[in-house]
Amino acid sequence: MLAVEGLAAQYGRAQILEGVTLGVEEGEVVVLLGRNGAGKSTTMKAIMGLVRPSAGRVRFRGQEIAGREPFEIARLGLGYVPEDRRIFGELTVLENLEVGRRPAPPGMTPWTPERLFALFPSLAEMRRRPGARMSGGEQQMLTIARTLMGNPRMILLDEPSEGLAPVVVERMAETIGALKREGLSILLSEQNLHFAGVVADRATIIEKGRIRWSGTMPALRAAPEVREQYLSV
Amino acid sequence: MRWYGRCARRVEGLENIALQALSGLASASSLFLVASGLTVIFGVSRIVNFAHGSFYMLGAYIAWSLVTRLPRGDFGFWGGVLAAVLIVGLLGAAVEVLLLRRIYRAPELFQLLATFGVVLVVQDATLALWGAQDLLGPRAPGLRGSVEILGLRFPRYELFLIAVGPVVLGLLLLLFHRTRWGTLVRAATLDRDMVGALGVNQRWLFTSIFFLGSLLAGLGGALQLPRESVNLHMDLSIITEAFVVVVVGGLGSLAGAALAALLIGELHAFGILIFPKITLVLVFLVMAVVLVIRPYGLLGRRPAGLIAPGPAEPVIRPAPLALRRLGLAALGLAVILPPFAGDYALSVLTEMAIMVLFAASLHLIMGPGGMASFGHAAYFGLGAYGAALAVKWLALPMLPALALAPFAAGLAGLVFGAFCVRLSGVYAAMLTLAFAQIAWSAAFQWVEVTGGDNGILGVWPDAWAAPKLAYYYLTLALCLGGTLFLRRVIHAPFGYALRAQRDSPLRAEAIGIDSFVVRFAAFALAAAMAGIAGGLFAFAKGSVFPTFLGISRSVDALLMVLLGGVQTLAGPIVGALAFTGLHEQLVRLTDYWRLGLGLIILALVLFFPQGLAGAARARWEARHGDA
Amino acid sequence: MATLEVAGLAKSFGGVAAVRGVSFAVGPGELLALIGPNGAGKSTCFNMLNGQLRPDAGTVRLHGRDITGLAPRRIWRLGVGRTFQITATFGSMTVRENVQMALLSHGRRLGGLWRPVAGQEAGTAEALLARLGMAEQAGRPCGILAYGDLKRVELAIALANAPALLLMDEPTAGMAPGERTALMALVAGIARERGIAVLFTEHDMDVVFGHADRVLVLDRGALLAEGAPEAVRADPRVRAVYLGSGATQGGH
Ligand SMILES: Nc1ncnc2c1ncn2[C@@H]1O[C@H](COP(=O)(O)OP(=O)(O)OP(=O)(O)O)[C@@H](O)[C@H]1O
Ligand SMILES: Nc1ncnc2c1ncn2[C@@H]1O[C@H](COP(=O)(O)OP(=O)(O)OP(=O)(O)O)[C@@H](O)[C@H]1O
Ligand SMILES: [Mg+2]
Ligand SMILES: [Mg+2]
Repeated sequence: MLAVEGLAAQYGRAQILEGVTLGVEEGEVVVLLGRNGAGKSTTMKAIMGLVRPSAGRVRFRGQEIAGREPFEIARLGLGYVPEDRRIFGELTVLENLEVGRRPAPPGMTPWTPERLFALFPSLAEMRRRPGARMSGGEQQMLTIARTLMGNPRMILLDEPSEGLAPVVVERMAETIGALKREGLSILLSEQNLHFAGVVADRATIIEKGRIRWSGTMPALRAAPEVREQYLSV
Repeated sequence: MRWYGRCARRVEGLENIALQALSGLASASSLFLVASGLTVIFGVSRIVNFAHGSFYMLGAYIAWSLVTRLPRGDFGFWGGVLAAVLIVGLLGAAVEVLLLRRIYRAPELFQLLATFGVVLVVQDATLALWGAQDLLGPRAPGLRGSVEILGLRFPRYELFLIAVGPVVLGLLLLLFHRTRWGTLVRAATLDRDMVGALGVNQRWLFTSIFFLGSLLAGLGGALQLPRESVNLHMDLSIITEAFVVVVVGGLGSLAGAALAALLIGELHAFGILIFPKITLVLVFLVMAVVLVIRPYGLLGRRPAGLIAPGPAEPVIRPAPLALRRLGLAALGLAVILPPFAGDYALSVLTEMAIMVLFAASLHLIMGPGGMASFGHAAYFGLGAYGAALAVKWLALPMLPALALAPFAAGLAGLVFGAFCVRLSGVYAAMLTLAFAQIAWSAAFQWVEVTGGDNGILGVWPDAWAAPKLAYYYLTLALCLGGTLFLRRVIHAPFGYALRAQRDSPLRAEAIGIDSFVVRFAAFALAAAMAGIAGGLFAFAKGSVFPTFLGISRSVDALLMVLLGGVQTLAGPIVGALAFTGLHEQLVRLTDYWRLGLGLIILALVLFFPQGLAGAARARWEARHGDA
Repeated sequence: MATLEVAGLAKSFGGVAAVRGVSFAVGPGELLALIGPNGAGKSTCFNMLNGQLRPDAGTVRLHGRDITGLAPRRIWRLGVGRTFQITATFGSMTVRENVQMALLSHGRRLGGLWRPVAGQEAGTAEALLARLGMAEQAGRPCGILAYGDLKRVELAIALANAPALLLMDEPTAGMAPGERTALMALVAGIARERGIAVLFTEHDMDVVFGHADRVLVLDRGALLAEGAPEAVRADPRVRAVYLGSGATQGGH
């Protein structure tokens, strides 16, 4: 589905990514782990075209997308949920969802606001509330729902559990499971290992802009030294 | 002159008032067309589009050309108007694609510089294509003459114009609130990149907004054809008024713009009858009152927050050694060379030194302060008048008179600033403009004291400073001292507090900074410094005129700061030198200096989107590190 | 005497009652956690405590003095430091300068027009940053820091005020698990050493149950439970509305 090879990126002269290589198969959930400042968000932004990669290749469903515009990448079926949520504050919940709406590819049941409200019931109670007037956690749900409205085949989820109540994180884990069963591939960045352990198939660890370790979740569980070295757990 | 005014001979009192009201409504309608385009463009792109008035003017000129060439009759007229409107829309889209699209990421207000470049280019291009004389258009077929209602005769075309405004308002409201395009546009207003990441080609969104906005300006202009003569001053006269309407109504609010257009339109119609003395500033007085009472305009709302913050402003560091050396070398030249220069060169150098301080004072509030001012010339001019009046009425010698300049300007800064710094963004900038216009009209219309248009003459330096060279050194010392003092302030805790309230008002307040007090003090300080520059200017010229406080001098100051780069401390200095030098040379070389200056500004904007000094710094950092 | 006493605090936005009648107290050196579902009203409570929002009803007392409705800058002057859920720092200044600003403000020296900031309080700021593990970042602009690091800067700014009361809205959000507990342990140490009363919110249960002396649970704007961490953790109502089964939080 997604194959990233030797991806490099910089802000000004500061080299942030120095050759990130990772892959996500169809219907798979891969978690990108790393301390803060390791480059998780930058990796996602570079894949999405929001930061221009300075080197490397990104293939999504067989097409080279490195260096393309974000909107083109999104139209190929790659959704992005940023860590800072970026809700349209003056638009209502329904309007936020409308901005994300794109036609579904053939064979996919399109997401509708109603289906999403079933997934995130607290949003259903505030359809006409402007985004700026929602609590942090409510915004987090809205931003995921908004991306799903684009009927993506794969989504990049940047720290989705951040700032959510434990019950909601549990629901989020179930949601991710449900999305996965629908055939969606997911690349997720996380610091919450418990959460990652519940939802992910494979893990990739990034540190100072390089991939240091990759393997299945059971393998990570069996490797405390890796967790200690890169994740300070 | 309105055409019916020419034909209506003696009208009865009642009819006169009704006609006046009607004419006010028709003006309001036209004003709304232009203002709605401006507000739509600003609402989405946050660009203060000075070129909007140029599109209005082009709408009128192009419509004139088409209508007078096409066969007479319904088709010729309305077809010509329609085609002109579409052409103007396309021109607006082209400006977006070729120019503005490339500089969206530049610091705030930088785009203003680009649109000002367009204004200059369009002015000279229009002059070259259509000539300097006023052009008269034909009347609208089918809408000639007048109709009788309740025994009063109303011109048909005015009635038609009155109907156009509400129709356009309704259509626009539908477009923005009932269509997907409208939702996308409103989302893009808040966070462009996120809209892109959701699969929307936001470039076309912006281009389409410029098409729509310019089209409305063109429509406003083309529909003036049967009403007024077409001339080269249409652009600047409409743009100030359109800004006033947009701000009084509340930025981004279409209904607000409609309401404000109504207010301003009627004010014009009746202002002449009721307050003939202060007609020039009536509009600005109204704007000042509205903004003081309602800081976000009549129907504007406080932004709900969560507008994606732009990239953080760069850190300010002490100048690197190389830059200090360069500065010292430049200073050395400024001290050593002038004895060998002629009178003309000396007066240019004197003016440059003055402009450096003027620009640096504006930079204090624009850069670190984060408040734009469209009326900084007020303090420059008040400094000049302060000094000149002291010479004329108090018969003070030069130095005491000069010492009075910063106090006069600083006092005005305290009074005006108390209102301006409560506001933010374009609202604050427009309020500064309003106060500047009020100050200007005082200088212009209070003839007994200020001499009005004739100014005050004979403001010459004392004997010891009379030689051009001596006066130059005096100016250099004072301006350099002032500029260095401002630099020092920016590096001191007060300057940091100023930046703190700009970066994060929330955090500033939470660590005990009173944003209002800090902004207020900075505003007054900047005003006082501009006053010194103004006082020196008065003695350099030997006279003062109302133009010292005029809009165009305020715009010059803005251009200097933006050209040099708002985000660097050297910016205003470089900008003032470059702008003054360029302007001086171009005016000497060619009649089409506007075209030349405009093109140079456009080129600079495209190639140095952080301003001259900003570009130099980026280069330097790329080579020497220090990210 | 308790450092902070809150009685009957209430706030609604339009029709939404965000906080309805909340009362509690925090003593010197005590760490009180305020937890609850998203939208329960935790941040709204914080905003009323530091003056960002004016309560509709209720009183806030600091050392017995009524501070209800004072402006945030006045409350800061009385010795309250706060961190924000969505970080707010000065992006055009370095980490060190951000802390220097707080120190200078604490010493009422922000009016200076002449002496450069660079030479004032830099050492104190560095020491504070070093204590929070930010020594290496001191010279970087805040505008480009990773989220977790910004949280630390916020904490340093709040501590620079030598506060009697520290309000922290999700202080460890965005950090790696090990760093979270380490940071909270550090805060707890500083708080006990200096007798600072700490009120914080968190969604990370390791942090809450590992470091809080007492826990308050807020649900739909009202207090649902209050007590020692173990008691709250065992409360079935709290499990139902907030904690869940614990599968994604290390099995509580
Ligand atoms: N706009 C920017 N300019 C310069 N440097 C930046 C910018 N944005 C991020 N960085 C730097 O890039 C590095 C990686 O940041 P990134 O946001 O990718 O980390 P992350 O792994 O997502 O961390 P977190 O878990 O805190 O979100 C950090 O050191 C950060 O300071
Ligand atoms: N300015 C506002 N206008 C209207 N409603 C608001 C406003 N701010 C917050 N709310 C509402 O008040 C409630 C409480 O919000 P608050 O931010 O205090 O929640 P919280 O407990 O901090 O949640 P989280 O853990 O998600 O940060 C929410 O339902 C929110 O939507
Ligand atoms: Mg991140
Ligand atoms: Mg909160």
